[in-house]
Amino acid sequence: MSTKEKTLWIIGGVLIALYCLAPIAWIISLSFKAPSDLSNAQFLPTTASSENYATIFTGSGSDLFLPALRNSFGICLIATFISCVLSMFAAYAIARLDFPGKKFILGTALAVAIFPVISIVTPLFNLWRTIGLYDTWPGLIIPYLSLTLPLSIWTMSAFFREIPWEMEQAAQVDGATTWQAFRKVIVPLAAPGVFTTAIIAFFIAWNDFVYGISLTSTSASRPVPAALGLFSGASQFEDPTGAIAAAAVVVTIPVVVLVLLFQRRIVAGLTNGAVKG
Amino acid sequence: MASIEMKDIVKQYGDGFPAVNGVSLDIADGEFMILVGPSGCGKSTLLRMIVGLEDITSGDMVIGGTRVNDKAPRDRNLSMVFQNYALYPHMSVYENIAFPLRLAKTPDDQVDRLVKEAADVLELHEHLERKPANLSGGQRQRVAMGRAIVRQAEAFLFDEPLSNLDAKLRGQMRTEIARLQRRLGITTVYVTHDQTEAMTLGDRVCVLRKGSIQQVASPRELYEQPVNLFVAGFIGSPPMNFLPATVQGSTLQTPFGPVELDERRAAAVAGRDLLLVGIRPEYFEDASLVDEAKKHVGTTFTAKVDVTEWLGDQQYAYIPYEAPDQIRTRLRDLSKELDSEELRTQAIVSIDSTSRIREGREAEFWLDTRKVHVFDPETGENLTRDAEAGAELTRMAVEDREEQVAEASGGLTGDRSSGAA
Repeated sequence: MSTKEKTLWIIGGVLIALYCLAPIAWIISLSFKAPSDLSNAQFLPTTASSENYATIFTGSGSDLFLPALRNSFGICLIATFISCVLSMFAAYAIARLDFPGKKFILGTALAVAIFPVISIVTPLFNLWRTIGLYDTWPGLIIPYLSLTLPLSIWTMSAFFREIPWEMEQAAQVDGATTWQAFRKVIVPLAAPGVFTTAIIAFFIAWNDFVYGISLTSTSASRPVPAALGLFSGASQFEDPTGAIAAAAVVVTIPVVVLVLLFQRRIVAGLTNGAVKG
Repeated sequence: MASIEMKDIVKQYGDGFPAVNGVSLDIADGEFMILVGPSGCGKSTLLRMIVGLEDITSGDMVIGGTRVNDKAPRDRNLSMVFQNYALYPHMSVYENIAFPLRLAKTPDDQVDRLVKEAADVLELHEHLERKPANLSGGQRQRVAMGRAIVRQAEAFLFDEPLSNLDAKLRGQMRTEIARLQRRLGITTVYVTHDQTEAMTLGDRVCVLRKGSIQQVASPRELYEQPVNLFVAGFIGSPPMNFLPATVQGSTLQTPFGPVELDERRAAAVAGRDLLLVGIRPEYFEDASLVDEAKKHVGTTFTAKVDVTEWLGDQQYAYIPYEAPDQIRTRLRDLSKELDSEELRTQAIVSIDSTSRIREGREAEFWLDTRKVHVFDPETGENLTRDAEAGAELTRMAVEDREEQVAEASGGLTGDRSSGAA
């Protein structure tokens, strides 16, 4: 690569990074601006203030934000866990076994994944009210599963397909039962796939707004994205921009932490050395 | 240790295609049996039926006197080395080898001792803590073997274990496997498509074609007394030459001149019309280099040499010849079946490496006619096979093996008991 090419690549990279990160930088900068400073027509706050963070954690916004944060964590983690376990078994069966209706399951999963959320939210709202799931954790976990499961099954079955059949057969010849072979050989090998799937599933649930706003009414189960939409300013003439920015920063942090944490587990090529090299 | 008996084993896939068709084979205790054949002949399927990874459609699989048809692989107590090794990449070499012992809930100190023993045999000591990904191909191969030998299995099964190694390493590992098997004296079934492995490793070799056994015999018998065209063409490298021939009394007229047959062989081919003569490359020689004393047992002929290949220790010459269409199609079908693509009818002859025969010139060759075989081009049957001579060769091989097994078991019991103490 010539020097000229290298410079072009660097310039291009920087431009793309700027384009992607600018809105995030803006949100962060916004979250440190005092209410009077919001329209100062500058990128940086005149003086950095933690007032917005105080509002959402201890001030007027805390009643709305803190329970929402708790709900979001609880609901998303449970939904992720259930979807991972279910899709692990489903994907294993799809990748390994030959059974009638295999294509149908994959097709249905895809159909569910592309089905517009907005079109089922109204019937779901009525149904949930009738059977008492409205404004409860399960009332959100179940619809979230419908979002996360199809994708999890697809990604996970792709991972399972990559694991050589012989691994399992070798384990069986070595004296393992089917379950032992699955637990001691397949699951450790599929771990990167499971973590990748878990992250994707968590994001999908964490980012959902439509179900969150439609199927909840109180802080008993309202997740963060819905709560953000309900923030109000100190008076009706004041926008809650600062508080929303601060809350947005706060909800981004767990996602970033999650990715950094699991990134090490998503080691591509963990199966290196299993078979011929 | 156990014998393996197969009775009329059939494997039919869902679409009714018989991958293995009525195979009956007895493998004696401690014997090294090779399953060999071109791709798609059912050899791997047969091996996988022995180990239990493939269901048996019909027939009986008896291991050590017990019918195992309905037993799961883990209940058969066999160990297997896979073609791609199938090592567990998330475990260290030590844990890979220990895996079968851990599953059998062996106490830790015993696991440690057995793994160390296996590592000693395979010279894996300095690699025990490494992961398979950091090992070379040959080392991975050894780990896979370590996993197989670490427990007291009834038999070893190898599924083309050397096909992923380069040529040099393959040769080394081949002798290593032979030594290991002799030392442990455990019944071994070894699948390969490489006939060098088949010839060098096997006590007996089972040649398969389209799911049926063609011939089960010692390597020497297969080479000297093949039962049909298929076996004759498959065993030997470079392969046997097949020349068209017509019978005239006790003489065969071939493109390379007349070939005189002895009484027994002449009687076998009497009254036939068009035949195929099978001649091994080494039955030929540069006529100018043949001892006068030996010359009378063969015939000499002149032919134009197309290409010569000088390899240092030996030399090959390629001699094209004309063949009738019927023979040509038959030979083409045969070479297709043997996984090779023979484009022209030519004979490969092995001549002394000092021979100065040149490409593109006429040269005089000598042909030793004593061991020439004659085949029926339609059925492929070997008309001149001497069954008694063949059986004698295999009987000698069996005797050799029994002697070796007796020696090995004597030495081994000493080894094991000292290890236990």
